Amino acid sequence: MRLPPILSALRRHKAGVLLIVLQIALTLAIVCNAIFLISQRIERVNRPTGAVEDDLIRISQTWFGAPSGDDAASVEKLDALQRTDLATLRNLPDVQDVAASTSMPLQGMIYSGTLTLNPQQTDVAVSAAYYYGDEHLRSTLGVHLIAGRDFNADEILHHTLTSDAASPVIIVSKPVADQLFPDGNALGKTVYQDGKPATIVGVVERLQTPTTAKWGSTWDYNSVLEPVRVDDASASYAVRARPGREQAVVREARKALLAVDPLRVMPDTWGIQSLSQIRDKIYRADRGMALVMGIVCLILIVVTAAGIAGLTSFWVGQRRKQIGVRRALGARKVDILHYFQIENLLIAGIGVVLGVLLAVGLNLWLMAHYEMARIPLLYVAAAVLAMLALGQVAVYVPARRASNVPPVVATRAA
Amino acid sequence: MFTYYLELAMRSLKRSPGLTVLMMLAIGFGVAASMTTWSVFRGVSGDPIPWKSSKLFVPQIDMWGPQQISGPGAHSGGHEPPDALDYTDAMALMHDHRATLQSAIYAVAPTVLPAGAGRSPIPVFGFGVYGEFFPMLDVPFEYGSGWQTSDDSDGAPVIVISDALNRQVFGGDNSIGRNIDLDGNDYRVIGVMKPWNPQPMFFDVVDTGGFGGEGPQVFVPLQRAIASGMANAGAINCPKGVQPSAGYAGLQQSNCVWLAYMIELGDAPAVQNYRQYLDNYARAQQNIGRFDWSPNNRLRDMRAFLDYEHVVPDDTHVSLLVALGLLLVCLVNTVGLMLAKFLRRSGEIGVRRALGASRRAIHAQFLTEAAVIGVGGGVLGLLLTAGGVLVVHRVLPPRLADLARIDPALLLLTVAVAIAASVLAGAYPTFRAARVQPAWQLKTN
Repeated sequence: MRLPPILSALRRHKAGVLLIVLQIALTLAIVCNAIFLISQRIERVNRPTGAVEDDLIRISQTWFGAPSGDDAASVEKLDALQRTDLATLRNLPDVQDVAASTSMPLQGMIYSGTLTLNPQQTDVAVSAAYYYGDEHLRSTLGVHLIAGRDFNADEILHHTLTSDAASPVIIVSKPVADQLFPDGNALGKTVYQDGKPATIVGVVERLQTPTTAKWGSTWDYNSVLEPVRVDDASASYAVRARPGREQAVVREARKALLAVDPLRVMPDTWGIQSLSQIRDKIYRADRGMALVMGIVCLILIVVTAAGIAGLTSFWVGQRRKQIGVRRALGARKVDILHYFQIENLLIAGIGVVLGVLLAVGLNLWLMAHYEMARIPLLYVAAAVLAMLALGQVAVYVPARRASNVPPVVATRAA
Repeated sequence: MFTYYLELAMRSLKRSPGLTVLMMLAIGFGVAASMTTWSVFRGVSGDPIPWKSSKLFVPQIDMWGPQQISGPGAHSGGHEPPDALDYTDAMALMHDHRATLQSAIYAVAPTVLPAGAGRSPIPVFGFGVYGEFFPMLDVPFEYGSGWQTSDDSDGAPVIVISDALNRQVFGGDNSIGRNIDLDGNDYRVIGVMKPWNPQPMFFDVVDTGGFGGEGPQVFVPLQRAIASGMANAGAINCPKGVQPSAGYAGLQQSNCVWLAYMIELGDAPAVQNYRQYLDNYARAQQNIGRFDWSPNNRLRDMRAFLDYEHVVPDDTHVSLLVALGLLLVCLVNTVGLMLAKFLRRSGEIGVRRALGASRRAIHAQFLTEAAVIGVGGGVLGLLLTAGGVLVVHRVLPPRLADLARIDPALLLLTVAVAIAASVLAGAYPTFRAARVQPAWQLKTN
């Protein structure tokens, strides 16, 4: 097959060729950016929290008319309320473990601070989320301890969040340990949390911070477990149900806690939630975005394929006579088929070259204006191949029809 | 003549139903995708107070200094001051009272205990504000009004409640003068709002994220709320390494930011004066040694501040852009198909021209045909947009999806865009069709 006749034929259809080129270029640019966006969202949604999420429940509630917490006596009263709740939950038949826990991965409520190697905070500064809780916190969350030990019961403090008390011992997540001690011997070291000393007694493999927001995304696995039962008018608990008993625990816990104090505020919307519900809520926007982008891509691909097929059909109809002449002069069916396939490959080839430029340009523009990463070349390359393949698929039916034009057409008028 | 063109168009479209359906589908999908994403965008980017938004401003003061460029409450990229105020600066601004109206604002989430035995407490959401908040934001009242400046300074236990809370607690009666129990303290109802739930909640987007919820249920005097220890339900952001000491006193003394602040300024000179005032204030702080950096303030108007806070999610912007890209591809596609369709009828055009039809007549005929395709695409687009909005309600978070509504304006726009798009797409093919040479066509056929 020689190219010159194809090229000279294309020159006679400048408008049509230009339209297909434009359509392929735009489709390529949009689809590869959209697919990249989808893959990023999927990656984000699928990243592990570090906790064992099945059968994990968060309870968050407020005592009505709770003690103020302004003086030692009322702090003790608040702590007693909390200990009563924890004991009540522990006694439920379907509960495996329970812990005081201010925070939960993905849930959004975050306390955070800065860890440094010296009290003047002049050296490396590591941002981290603080998970306040008791000695059951790590085991209830199901976070994997890779070095050191858990908190002992006698290490658990209780005070208000605004107290000046320091946590003498802490358990840090591996990224925190690695950032503070790149040489890897964090265990037993003393670090400073917002200026106050604390000794690292344990390291957990992975624990995501409670926020998925952009501002926390550079330290999203920097977490610290603090041996503190926080005394406040509100208290939150982490509850691990026995396998498969999650819904039973949700019901039992509500009943039992309201039996202890019917006036507590624990609404259905956020009072008792399983981690799967929390996950569902927090990533809804990401899943929605991925779905919307997916639908748009699908429509784009179908529309573009249909457009190519439609315009090629028109050309085939227009050139019936020439095809007949070629067939009469000895061209085989497969030559005609190849003619249209190569013609499409040429047009699509120009389209994808333009498309790659547009795709990269669009990506750069999105990076400048929105939260978007640089698109890997792999995506662009895959999209190029996909668009070329799409062109071939779309052109096949009209090209087949062209190859079936009988030579006798050459002898007929029009 | 128009009905004749319409008839010609219908006949032509019937002759190649596949191509016709393809063009209508392309227009329909393109328009529907754009309109669906537009409905979300329109919902979240609306101006909640259009008659006044240009007069409302948010002052920002840099009380952290150039060392603090990351962390919550601060924006990366360039050195922007925190997006809320600490207590010291908010109170200084309130005290100086340089704007027409102004109010510091902080989010509260107290619990209401309705009177009567056996009634369960109601967790509510609201704000501690100053009396000027209500006239500044034109808060609509069913009964009563906001409180006086004197109530602010006296720390009077007064409260403005929402229409919904009034129905819950007082059965919807005029409850002015009655008492309501908030966290165990009695407050006297001084105003009952009409239903009021601006979206975004523009006066405190930092704490509310802007969208969602049933609207604020209570407003209490800020100083009274602090004095009674009503906890801050919004974010408290501190510069790195700062931990406020115990209680409200600790928070008040710290330079952690937790107060939103909004002011009303009458005209451009007033804005200029206020900027000057902010800079003078910061310079004075520098002189007394509280800041050891030169003034770094911002005074954004409300809409600019919403933009700065990215209140309209990036996803919403990107979806709309991608959908418009889809519409563009559909348009290009339709141009190609119409070109094919129209030029295939060169013979017919030649005959019509030879029989005396002018180029104008050919233009009219083919643009009519394009418009008919547009109407078809528009009707299809309406159905698909309705479907699209349903999908949006299923997949997007309720706080955003609830703002995407189908209304007559959206339906009208859908059809208008469809027709405009297909007429636009038909313009070039029509131009080509009208240039067909009659003699050439008659000869070859």
